[in-house]
Amino acid sequence: MATRTDEGVLSVKGAPRASGHTRRRGAERTPRRQTRQQAVATPWLFLSPYLLLFGSFVIVPAVFGVWISLHAWDYTLPLKPFVGLNNYIDLFQPGSTVFATFWGSMRATGIFTILSVPLLLVVPLAVALLMTKKFPGRDFLRAIYFAPYVLGVAVVAVLWRYLLDNNIGLVNHYLGVLGLPDDTAWTTSTPAAWIALVGVTVWWTLGFNAVIYLAGLQDIPVELYEAARVDGAGPVMQFIHVTLPGLKPILSFITIITLLASANMFGQSYLMTQGGPGRETRTAIYQIADTGLRNFQMGSAAAMSYVLTVFLMAISVFVFWIFREKKPQKEAQS
Amino acid sequence: MTQVVTPSRASSRARRSSGRRFPLVRVIVLGAIAVAFISPIVFMIVTSLKTRADATSIPPSWIPDPFSLQAFTSILAPGSGTPVLQWFANSMIAAALNATLVVVTASLAAYPLARMQFRGKNVVFGVIVATLLIPPVILVIPNYLIVSELGWLNSLVAIIIPTAASAFGVFFMRQFFLGLPIELEEAALLDGANRFMIFTRVVLPLAKPALATLALLAFLGNWNDFLWPVYVLFSPEVQTLPAGLSTLQSANAVRYDLLMAGAVVASVPVLALFVFLQRFIIEGVSRSGVKG
Repeated sequence: MATRTDEGVLSVKGAPRASGHTRRRGAERTPRRQTRQQAVATPWLFLSPYLLLFGSFVIVPAVFGVWISLHAWDYTLPLKPFVGLNNYIDLFQPGSTVFATFWGSMRATGIFTILSVPLLLVVPLAVALLMTKKFPGRDFLRAIYFAPYVLGVAVVAVLWRYLLDNNIGLVNHYLGVLGLPDDTAWTTSTPAAWIALVGVTVWWTLGFNAVIYLAGLQDIPVELYEAARVDGAGPVMQFIHVTLPGLKPILSFITIITLLASANMFGQSYLMTQGGPGRETRTAIYQIADTGLRNFQMGSAAAMSYVLTVFLMAISVFVFWIFREKKPQKEAQS
Repeated sequence: MTQVVTPSRASSRARRSSGRRFPLVRVIVLGAIAVAFISPIVFMIVTSLKTRADATSIPPSWIPDPFSLQAFTSILAPGSGTPVLQWFANSMIAAALNATLVVVTASLAAYPLARMQFRGKNVVFGVIVATLLIPPVILVIPNYLIVSELGWLNSLVAIIIPTAASAFGVFFMRQFFLGLPIELEEAALLDGANRFMIFTRVVLPLAKPALATLALLAFLGNWNDFLWPVYVLFSPEVQTLPAGLSTLQSANAVRYDLLMAGAVVASVPVLALFVFLQRFIIEGVSRSGVKG
């Protein structure tokens, strides 16, 4: 079995090049490699079911959306006149009907993102750091922290609207027991609603980020910590000079996915505050869905979604840039 | 060899002893967080077993008095206007079919991307990965029109098929295939097996853990999906549980006994999956980060 597998190394497409170089026999097999090449159609046959779905429901809509945004596209009306960039211009025209509602919703998304992302980056990291060393019950605790994440936003929001009820909610009850104000209107007044939305989101997704951090922390070689300790580095210095650099790829990944998730916040606001008080917690996604899929002004909603996307792309590029920038500096230092 | 090992063993002993001092404080902190994390879920279950009056009594109690299945019988009763059993069935069917579709299409697509060389491969893979960064919101409006055009609005098909184009799934399976030893496939190739036979008889059996993980993540994702079902499924009888919970909430704003019973029905399958298969789910999530 072993000799046989050795002989076959280069007969398969996509075999790692490196293994071919290390084995002399591989070179003699090159002609066979060509005869073994699959028919041109083979990879595409494998890909076709996926590409059919991907093309129909990802690529086509991504492009079709631009087309929609250039029309006064009302789902309920037969005529969908071409209006050029008017949908976009309206979004940037202070007097237009959509200006205030759209930017109000962008502001809500901004507030939520600014409040939630730092917490969702720091708190799960702290939890993961506390759990890096093995101790009895660690896997059990990790499972408990992760459990809210499997519930889904609808259950989470319906549950917390009950717990946060002004009069009969558990949260106000225990605040009262602690001698704190026990009549906060968590879902119908700001800034309390923001605290509620952010707190619930932290509860819901902390475990997800913590699990990713934990995997990243376990990939940092123990030898690096030992070397740092030999050099006299205390826990804080070890964290700054070993843990953080070692976590860099994970950190940029978590920053991006957390930013995107927070900027796409919808369910919490839809079910817990109904966008209120007024429209204060109505996020951009909420506004887009409502404009396009309740009021059927799809042209305007599509334009909104591209404006939001441009913001998100810019932020993503900025995050990548931050995490790139520090690399050369580090190398220069060491 | 032993000489080399000695110092590191000494230092690991030192670490272990310092580790022994810390865990007590650490376990207390972590335990307190765990209590804070699990108690809302416990309270949800407790409340679902209360009577209407008990659910809104002050101070709130942690033990139903009396124990009552009233909330469940009333939301599960046929003709209640909130057909929770129907929602449960819809959610099950949709999540199971969606997960199947994701696993089949993503693993088929990932295999040539991991193991074959062909023109256009990098472009295809690059485009698939790039869409991981597109905010899903730009697809919502056009997909609504596409689904409407296909006649799928207000039907479960709308939440089974369009969301099955999982870029994450392709990425995830490709990473897994790249990590498999190639020798078995080569042996099969020498034995004259064709690519599809190799894929189904050699690769897929080895990929069972990854397929299970992807299926679970897809199932959970579809089961919990909220925005899309809320807008494309508008009749109560075709809704899924998350969309239904929204309907239930607007129909019974302060009937917390009913709402918690609905939330429990929506949670039981995913919590059960999580309890029995948490290793797959957590490892799937953590692997997505490490490889990302």
